[in-house]
This record gives sequence, structure tokens and C-alpha cells, in this order.
Amino acid sequence: MLDILKRIARTGIVSEPQLKLADLLSERDTLHAEIAGILGRALAIRQVDAGSCNGCELEINALNNPIYNIEGAGIRFVASPRHADLLLVTGPVAKNMEIALKRTYDATPEPKYVVAVGDCGCTGGIFGESYASCGRVSNVIPVDAEVSGCPPAPTAILRGILSALASPRR
Amino acid sequence: MNAANSGSDMPAWLVIERVVRSHWSLSARGERDAGAVLLALWADDRRDLGEGFLLRAAYLGASRLRVIELALDEAAPAFPSLVEIYPGAVRMECAVRDVLGVQADSADSRAWLRHAGWPVDYLPLRHDADRSARFAAQAEDYAFVRVEGDGVHEIAVGPVHAGTIEPGHFRFSVVGEKVLRLEQRLGYVHKGIEQRFSQMDLQQGQRLAARVSGDTAVAYSWAYCMALEQLCGTRVPARAQQLRAVLLERERIANHLGDLGALGNDAGFGFGLTQFSLLKERLLRANAEVYGARYPMDGIVPGGVATNLSSQQIERLREQGMVLEAAVVELRAIYDEHAGVQDRFVTTGRMSPELAQRLGVVGLAARASGSPRDLRSDLALAPYAGLGVQAAGSAQGDVAARVAVRFDEVIESLRLCDLLLQDLAGGAIHAELGAAAAQQLGIGLVEGWRGPVMIALEATVDGRIRRCHPHDPSWQNWPALEHAIIGNIVPDFPLINKSFNLSYSGQDL
Repeated sequence: MLDILKRIARTGIVSEPQLKLADLLSERDTLHAEIAGILGRALAIRQVDAGSCNGCELEINALNNPIYNIEGAGIRFVASPRHADLLLVTGPVAKNMEIALKRTYDATPEPKYVVAVGDCGCTGGIFGESYASCGRVSNVIPVDAEVSGCPPAPTAILRGILSALASPRR
Repeated sequence: MNAANSGSDMPAWLVIERVVRSHWSLSARGERDAGAVLLALWADDRRDLGEGFLLRAAYLGASRLRVIELALDEAAPAFPSLVEIYPGAVRMECAVRDVLGVQADSADSRAWLRHAGWPVDYLPLRHDADRSARFAAQAEDYAFVRVEGDGVHEIAVGPVHAGTIEPGHFRFSVVGEKVLRLEQRLGYVHKGIEQRFSQMDLQQGQRLAARVSGDTAVAYSWAYCMALEQLCGTRVPARAQQLRAVLLERERIANHLGDLGALGNDAGFGFGLTQFSLLKERLLRANAEVYGARYPMDGIVPGGVATNLSSQQIERLREQGMVLEAAVVELRAIYDEHAGVQDRFVTTGRMSPELAQRLGVVGLAARASGSPRDLRSDLALAPYAGLGVQAAGSAQGDVAARVAVRFDEVIESLRLCDLLLQDLAGGAIHAELGAAAAQQLGIGLVEGWRGPVMIALEATVDGRIRRCHPHDPSWQNWPALEHAIIGNIVPDFPLINKSFNLSYSGQDL
């Protein structure tokens, strides 16, 4: 136990206060208020891998590490689309995931937002469209914001989430 | 048997033989008795060359890979199933049927990769398959095996899982909290990778290979380049080989750090996740500084590597390695001495060495169940030959063993990185590729963090990809997870699953 406490004390607080980026700080604080304005509470995200290579998932997971600490900003990942405000969708949409993705979208209560993450989610990427791939996410469900990159860095994904919330409602 | 491929650049560890039909199963039996694992099974449409279909099985022994080829009749491409000899063959046999219509004589008749997304008569890897064909999605009714008995019920999970992970379906048959049977249904992220390869030129293929399974991008890239360089007769400069190995070991470290944190978390020890995810983040940031990308997916390119390292960057990576090692050693002691964590890890999800061998399990999971096979020490290809790689090992086969192997491998990879960086050869980091030999088989084989990754590559006469088959070790190890969970309780599944941490994308293709 003592070892654990020592390690915790030595690690200290590593969370970059609002990612160290002043612009992102004000961006996020403003949007945090907007999130509260729109939803009246914290933002709940359901991640859906619709055909990704798993590269984007690595960076989405990184958002939960103590440096980015997005939970500290009132954003958390939830286990069911029924609890979610926003879907974070990766991959070209695999044909074998098309129905599951649509069902997940339908299960998400209004108002809902969708962010397509990664080059594949934005354009179909290197996989494109084929018998097995529907290509970009917006070919299957409506998308509010897109985050390019292969994979995009955690800060870019965060910006994408925030820009979806700022986008005009459909 | 006769040699089907006698290219002058065929490496000493690779044997390719074509057999007659009666020797297909016989050779498999011989390989099994010699202790080799069935690493991959795939086929190729060669009707345009007047050769019908060509089926291939790759057997990985202690110091060589043997590829056995069987020519199949164009009109009725059928072959003897290997399931009796290698139980792990069943999904690969189903996949070959789904993509090429090449049929094993006793395969599971359920579609594996196809689902209901496209019609049964659309065979995507046949050269005459319409590349512009698109089909409407349809819901699928899959015949899971039913377990009957008093109080037995089913729990269906997926394809969309509760966490930020890849999609797949798990069907548990349980009594109370105890798991009687798990059946997996994969293939959800099948996105037509193999058909896509055959629309690319040889240079572009590396980028797609790196995205077969994004967490294993370096291993796949390297395997692809190794196969291509074999076909081109390219000699990769020593410095480039060393820099490739640094990238590969850093990929292994990053994944192991992520898993060690997640495993602690799944055992209710959030401290572990916080600490290890922080270490991983620092590793990724150093990657961004040095390679210009947190995940240098395209750091390995045909002929060499994309990025040279300055002496300052080398120092930066070495310093980070030392700091990282101290932290990992400290955290390992904390994990080892934490009664609550050990209580969850020890005896959970056990796979005995006998079972692992019978199922043909490979890589990290095999090393935790008594089989210390590691391509880095077994084949010891450049630059690993002089490094004295110690394969990690444990015979316990439980979650604790798979955790211990990860700890050992992180420490060993840090040692290897330091050794490589300390002794980097001078000179070029890239060699020009000549023309690739057409219609010859090139094989790349690399020990990725999960286990052996293989790329089988053939070129056309005009420098394009004729056929590229990527093989992930998850093909072998997914069925092992079905066994490892038996008799455990449902709430331990996430922990056991994470201790294997297998790829969906790499097996779904």
C-alpha cells in the first residue's frame, strides 16, 4: 500500500490543465458551458467501431488517460447508445456492421450527435468502397463533424467532439 | 514432391513444396508430429494461368516455415479438411470458401466472413468477381450451437461492445454465473482487404498492410516489405534493419503497457490503468517527437525505413527507455504484491500447455502456456541474430501468466531497443527496389506483439499485387479463448478476454 501511495505522490497531477493549449482551453470552457446549455449535464459518448483497423480506438482510449483526463471536463464514455448523447464512429463502415451501426444510431435518444473519426470514417480511407465496405460513415448515418487523421491525435478527436456540439442542429 | 518455387532469393528458413492430393493431409500429419503449428491457410485463383485454384498451408516449425501447395480442379475446387489434424483450421477453411468458393470436404457449413452482406455466389477473390458490385445489407440468422440442460440460458453480447473496442459477437451459454460454453461470431469488420490489395501496386501495398490491424501496423508493414524485398532480391541496409526493429519493439512496448493497465483496471485496480496509460502516453509523445507520428504506421517502407535518427534523437529514446524500465519494474512489484489483483489473476482463464499445443496456439498466449516460441529467437532474422533475444515463458497458462509474459517482454524489448540504438550501423536507411519476380511467392514473417504475423505476396508482371494474404495470430488464438473461459464466471470474461487481447480486424480482413 505504501508503495502505491508513494508512486501516486511521485506521479503528481499530470493532467494538462485543459490540454495546455490556451485556445483549446477557452474553446473547451465555452463549449463545456454549451454542453450544459444543450444537455443540462455532462456529455455521454458511445464509441462505435464500424470497421476500423483499431488504430483510431487506440487514440480514443488515450483520451481517458490522466494527461487528457476528459472525464475531468465532463465528458465520459458510456456502455450503451441508450445512455449516449454522441456517437463517435470509426472505420469505413463494414457491410457486416451496417445494420448494427444503424441500430445503434436508432437506439441513441435525441438530441444526438455523430462524429466520424479517422480518414476512413471521413472518406472511406484506404479501404474505400467495395462489396464489403460502405465507405465513409455519412454514407450510412447522418454525421455532424469529421476528424481526419490516421489515426487522429487525441486533441484532434476532442476538437471534433466539441465542433459537433457547436454545429447547427439538423 | 517437387520444388514449386526456386527463386534465387528464397531465404534459408522458407521451404515451398507442391504436393499431390493424397499428400495434403499426410504432410499436415507429418508437420503436426514434428511439433509445427498450422500458421495459415489460404488460396489463390489461378485460372487465368490455366492452373485452376491453388491452396496453400503454411506450417511454422522451430526454425523454418514450410508452405505446402495443392492445385485444385477449376470446375470443382474441393480439398481434404485438416480439421482432424489441426482443429484451428476450421475457421480458415470456412474463410477460404467464403472468399473463393474453394471447399473443404468437412468444413463447418456456416458462413464465417460473409454474414449476409453479399450473396453466396459473389466470391470476392475470384478474378472475375465484379469489383464494382454493391449489395443491400441484410440481417443474418446464425446457427449458434445450443447447450441444453436444466437452468442453461444464453447471454448474447455484441457486435457493438460496451467498451471502446472492436466489434464481434459472443454467445455465452451459462448456468447461473458459470460459463458452460462460449461461441464467437466474428467477421463484422471484414472490409475486403484482400480484394483491395489486388487493386494496388506493390509500393502502395505497404500502407494497406499497415492497416490490416492498426495496433500491429509496424509488424504488418515489416512483413509486407520483407515479402516484397524477397521478390525483388533487395538487400536492406543494416541500419534500416536495426531501425525497423526499434520501431517493432516500441510497438510491442506500447501495446503491452496499454494491456497491463487495462488488465489492472479489469481486476478493479484503477491505479494500474492510470499509471500504465501515462507511461504509454509518454512513449507515444516521444514517437511524435522522433518519428513525426504518435503511431508511426508507415515508418517502415519497402527497401528500408522512412525516418533516420539523429544522435540527439537516439539519446532521447535511450533516456526514455531507462526511465520507463524503472517505472515498469516498480509497478510490477506493486502488481505482484497486491493481494486483490493476484486473487483475480491467478488460476483465472487457464489454458493448459496440452490444450494450447492441441489448438495450435501461437505467440504471447502460447508463451504463457509453456511454448517459448518467438520468431525473434527462433528464426533470428536480421537484426535479431546477434541480440540474444530471450523468449518469455510461463507454463501456468492463466491470466497471471499472460500478465507475467507481458512484463518480461516489455523489459526485454527495452533491453533490445537500447542495444540496437547503442550500436546502430552507419550508412543508408533505404535501398532501391528492383523489379519484383512475377507469379512467385514471397513470404514475410515477423513476431508482432500478439505473435507471428505473416504476409504472403505475389506480384504481376507489371509491378502490381496479384495476391496478398495477410495472416494474424488471432486466427489461432480466438478459438483458444473459447476454451480458456469454460468453467470461469461470466464477470471474469472481460479480464480473460483482455489477457488475450486478440485482433478482430486482423482476422476479419
